[in-house]
Amino acid sequence: MEVTETWYLVLSALLFSMGLVGLLVRRNPLIMFMCVELMLNAVNITFVAFSGALDDIAGRTAVFFVLVVAAAEVVVGLSLVVALLRRRPSLSVDDLTSLRG
Amino acid sequence: MVDAIVFLVSAAIVLGGGLGVILSSHPVRAALSLIASFFGVAVLFILQEAHFLALVQVVVYAGAIVVLFLFVIMLLGVDRSEDLAFEPLAGQRLAAGLIGGLVLLLILGGLFLSGPGGDDGAVALTGRPTQTGSLELSGTEADVDLLADDLFSRNVLAFEATALLLTIATVGAVVLVRNRGAEDLVVDEPGTATS
Repeated sequence: MEVTETWYLVLSALLFSMGLVGLLVRRNPLIMFMCVELMLNAVNITFVAFSGALDDIAGRTAVFFVLVVAAAEVVVGLSLVVALLRRRPSLSVDDLTSLRG
Repeated sequence: MVDAIVFLVSAAIVLGGGLGVILSSHPVRAALSLIASFFGVAVLFILQEAHFLALVQVVVYAGAIVVLFLFVIMLLGVDRSEDLAFEPLAGQRLAAGLIGGLVLLLILGGLFLSGPGGDDGAVALTGRPTQTGSLELSGTEADVDLLADDLFSRNVLAFEATALLLTIATVGAVVLVRNRGAEDLVVDEPGTATS
């Protein structure tokens, strides 16, 4: 039984959908960030699988850039969470209504 | 055969970690499940001969990003379990599950229904690659050499842009969490007296 790139793509699709459902269901912004990380990881699996299947290094370079952007995103997102929690006791996106029109 | 076993075990770890993230009521448990998922992905990278990316996956994701999550969770004291049985918006979970299932069907449909050229799998989705042969997995060169060659020749501008992005993110984080000027940020809260 040989592992082909289709296996990786199916796994990546499952992980991506899982992260999407978690992002839509959960209310805690920290957990929502974690679900975004899951989706980014699913895309990374896809990039590496395609890179191997198509014999092209560009996919792996893309994974490198996804890693950097994910790190920057988490830094900004978590500092937003910290700034929000300074003023609010609870941590739920339902309470963040001060921007509503 | 060994490849298939390694793949199945690490895929189970990846998916189990993902389920742990979205189902656990405690944020610390969710973060630890996330580490498990990242390690599974790192094993999958090793299985595909992407050794450098597996290393970076462990160091950056499991080492830095999740530690940042845990640091924020414990620093702010939000490590309380939340009640997952309570659904504030009726029908939200059903709708989210439907959307997730539809996206999954869409991706799998794109994957398994063959493309216009009659190709299957990866080529059906992407078409022919532009740079075939740039990844010499059977060669003696390590994958970090190939990655560095590509990164610092064709993508050197993007590399410098990411350096700028990281600097901006760091400065932005410092500005966001700085305590001075906190009174400017006070908004009207229901139930609190504002003047």
